[in-house]
Amino acid sequence: MTTTTLAVLVPLLPFLGAAAGLALGRTAPGFVRPLAVLPTLAALALAVVVAVHQGGDEAVDAATELTPTGSVPIELALHIDGFAALVAVLVAFVATCVQIYSTGYLREDPRYPSYAALVSLFTSAMLLVVYSGDLMVLLVGWEVMGICSYFLVGHYWETPEARAASLKAFLVTKLGDVPFLIGLFALATDAGSFRITRVLGAVANGGLDHPTLIALLLLAGVAGKSAQFPLHTWLPDAMAGPTPVSALIHAATMVAAGVYFIARLLPVFEASQAAMVVLAVMAAVTMAGSALAALAQDDIKRVLAYSTIGQLGYMTGALAVADRGAAVFHLLSHGAFKALLFLAAGVIIHATGTNSLAAMSRMRNLRDRVPDAYWTMTVALLALAAIPPFSGFFSKEAVLGAAEHVTAGHTGHAPAAAGWIVLVAGLVTALLTAAYAMRLWLLAFRGQGAEAPDHGRQPVTMTVVLWVLAAPSLALGGFAYQSFPGWFDGGDLGPTLTTSVLGTGAALVGGIVTYAAWRHTTALTARVPMGAVAAHPEGDAGQVEAEAIASHAPAYGDVARAADPADPGRLLLGPLHRHAAAGFHLDAAYSALFVRPVRAGARLVRFLDREVVETYVRGAGTLPRWLGVAVRRAQTGNVQTYVSALLAGTVVLAVAVVLVATGA
Amino acid sequence: MHLAYPAVLSALLFCTGLYGVLARRNAILVLMSVELMLNAVNLNLVAFDVWLSKTAEETLHSGQALTLFTIAVAAAEIGIGLAIVLAVHRNRGTSDIDKLRDTAEGHESEGHETDTPATETGAEKAEATA
Amino acid sequence: MTLAAETHGFLSPTGVEIAFLLVGLVTFGAALVTVTTRQLVHAALWLVVTLGGLAVEYLLLTAEFIAWVQVLIYVGSVVVLLLFGLMLTKAPIGRSPDADSGNRWAALAVALTAAAALVWVVVDAFRTTWIDLDGPAAGSTKVTGESLFQNWVLPFEALSVLLLAALVGAIVLSRKAKANATQAGAAVDRARADRTDTAATAAEPGKDGVR
Repeated sequence: MTTTTLAVLVPLLPFLGAAAGLALGRTAPGFVRPLAVLPTLAALALAVVVAVHQGGDEAVDAATELTPTGSVPIELALHIDGFAALVAVLVAFVATCVQIYSTGYLREDPRYPSYAALVSLFTSAMLLVVYSGDLMVLLVGWEVMGICSYFLVGHYWETPEARAASLKAFLVTKLGDVPFLIGLFALATDAGSFRITRVLGAVANGGLDHPTLIALLLLAGVAGKSAQFPLHTWLPDAMAGPTPVSALIHAATMVAAGVYFIARLLPVFEASQAAMVVLAVMAAVTMAGSALAALAQDDIKRVLAYSTIGQLGYMTGALAVADRGAAVFHLLSHGAFKALLFLAAGVIIHATGTNSLAAMSRMRNLRDRVPDAYWTMTVALLALAAIPPFSGFFSKEAVLGAAEHVTAGHTGHAPAAAGWIVLVAGLVTALLTAAYAMRLWLLAFRGQGAEAPDHGRQPVTMTVVLWVLAAPSLALGGFAYQSFPGWFDGGDLGPTLTTSVLGTGAALVGGIVTYAAWRHTTALTARVPMGAVAAHPEGDAGQVEAEAIASHAPAYGDVARAADPADPGRLLLGPLHRHAAAGFHLDAAYSALFVRPVRAGARLVRFLDREVVETYVRGAGTLPRWLGVAVRRAQTGNVQTYVSALLAGTVVLAVAVVLVATGA
Repeated sequence: MHLAYPAVLSALLFCTGLYGVLARRNAILVLMSVELMLNAVNLNLVAFDVWLSKTAEETLHSGQALTLFTIAVAAAEIGIGLAIVLAVHRNRGTSDIDKLRDTAEGHESEGHETDTPATETGAEKAEATA
Repeated sequence: MTLAAETHGFLSPTGVEIAFLLVGLVTFGAALVTVTTRQLVHAALWLVVTLGGLAVEYLLLTAEFIAWVQVLIYVGSVVVLLLFGLMLTKAPIGRSPDADSGNRWAALAVALTAAAALVWVVVDAFRTTWIDLDGPAAGSTKVTGESLFQNWVLPFEALSVLLLAALVGAIVLSRKAKANATQAGAAVDRARADRTDTAATAAEPGKDGVR
């Protein structure tokens, strides 16, 4: 089979798996698990084969036009370069892990068939985005992901948090998608085609008339999908979904799509210096803000969610300095360790029966209960904090190195200002990232207090996946930084001395400071008893998690934070803690800026409709009714009255006729 | 003789009958007024027939023939009308047209009226004169 | 005709005209009393005067057959029927204050307007028209009979069917009314229910009257 055929099969197999899963979900429950795992696994194998075939050489392009579509043709096109091949491998890999993990995590869930089918569809859509060589086809995958995320985040739709979160995820990403769509049309109009290769060719020839406008419009869609400031607010709330879904969304699929999209069309963005600066500012604000917020969260998954936003900030930062190699490198390593983090967090939540770090910090010996999760999560957190030699170190150094490279003004692609912004924000974030990673680790695994509850061994499908993911988290960066440039644009991805020292130093400082703060506050743990655990510790992980999410707000007063004085993050952030826990009140600000005006407008419209428009309508009905009442009074029932009126009318008519006839 | 005399008399009689039909309360008096109107028409017919038969060469005497028909029809009408009035009087205990207002807007049960005509009379009269 | 009218002014009436006017005044006055009197039986009697006056007018117009038919049918039968009706409906004898309804003023207005309009039109149209009453009578029995049985046979026969229908209708109406009255009586008073089979007897109107 040719590479093209194989590449077509990669997104097609999970799609067929999803269709079959949905069709057979009720009639043949025995086939659901194989139908969920095997197509994804096959897609992974095919993606690897495609990557090997492609080998980082010349991009594979194939296109067929189904039907003429007017002035701007839409084609079913494949465009597989090194980025696409590797990202597809990552997507298929993480999706396979998630599917295997889910068989254990949701083993008793009655809605598992539809869940698995939606995950497969999600995977298929992401693979379509990755391989697509046509912007319209890419958009199809992009939007299918949006609707799948809506369903998957709302998987526990019995809880109000999940319902609200799924709606929010859908609406916020759609808010970005509208300008994105307009941007795509503008781009295609300027370039004369939706084909990525032709668009890039047009850009190279300077054929774009409105590069800044297009770039900013596209940026809005990317900010929505990749959860960048200011459209990131859906992501922390999306934690109301099951943990494997979080892993899938955060590691490989949805949020990666935005970064991947910019990486694909980087020349379009490079054509506008303003867009690059905006991108840099966006990345910097996202990075630093999300790291601060992560330090204050109490829900273990919300910590990871904010860390995802921060790491995506690194990727967009790398794109802002026009190094897409670094961005995709970080995307790959982040995909591995973030999937691991989420899946391990799922194991922890199942084991402890709570998603609250405050409650976990009051449990002793949790690491003995879940040794697999403990070791793999330690690896992943080290990767997240960018400690050498874990993979996160190399990819983050690639980003920082690229930024440092731009600050020196060695490139014509990105403005130096963008470089400085990304570099400074990246270093600050490195410190904060290490701090919250340390805090998470300390609170979760170094708790003191009662013995952690023993719910027996975790399902083997869940623990094996953790170790499978631990391998790339540990070693991907070190092995790959020399070989990846061949797949990418050829730029050097190796760590430079300056940024390595600065970044690692910042991370170490963050970790040590947090440890010191923790030593300082941990004594308080015993004095302030806290903790709420799920009511059904024997249920499957999905049920435990749903109960934990639903009980967090009643137990602690908020979904995001807990009033725990033993939290080192509280000490470190000081007065900022309250604001950071609430995501810097961005939701409240949006509520004040957009939601309330819209609601007020709706109320106004309702008022106008009910009181003004309806008054006329009612008046139109009332007047005839009054007339009817008046006329009804003539209905006396007295025949003589009727005859009088009849004859009077006759006389009048007769006189009128006579007058007319005589010409008077 | 001037044709105007019978014609005017006929018109005046007709209007007198008209007034009676509209103003009288008792159904039988209304029937009498109807007879007046019919007679006015008859007078008209006869007068014009006489005039025509004197001036025209050949006539069918249609006026007089129609007068005869009208008289016959009036006899039939008075028979039927009186039968109706009697039937109403038996059912309702009254032959006052004012009180036969079942078709009036907001009219309530009529069975009530049959049982207690006396109590209803005053109220309905007040309503009728109002 | 026009020439004839010119030779006969309104200020020089013939004897027939004077007779017609006087009888007409009596007739009209009797008609007015008929529709305004408060005594119901008197109204019927004044109606007799009106109808008789009209019969005289017919005679003056040389329509003698019509005149006798008028006397026979109207004065002879219709008025008698009306008097029967008045009696059967328990019409009060003597002055009844509510003989006229509240509709009276509207009726008066309508009637006056109609009278004004009609008189004006009629006078305007036939001011100069003259009836020549000389020569053979226009409405003698011979003439009327010839006309009726030569030219108007079919309507005449149809009229006889109409009369028959009216006769049957009057009987049906009366009988139906009695049956209904019986049912109403039974519904009102259960104690009298066993006597319903006798309800169709001639005593029924009297019983109604008692009620």
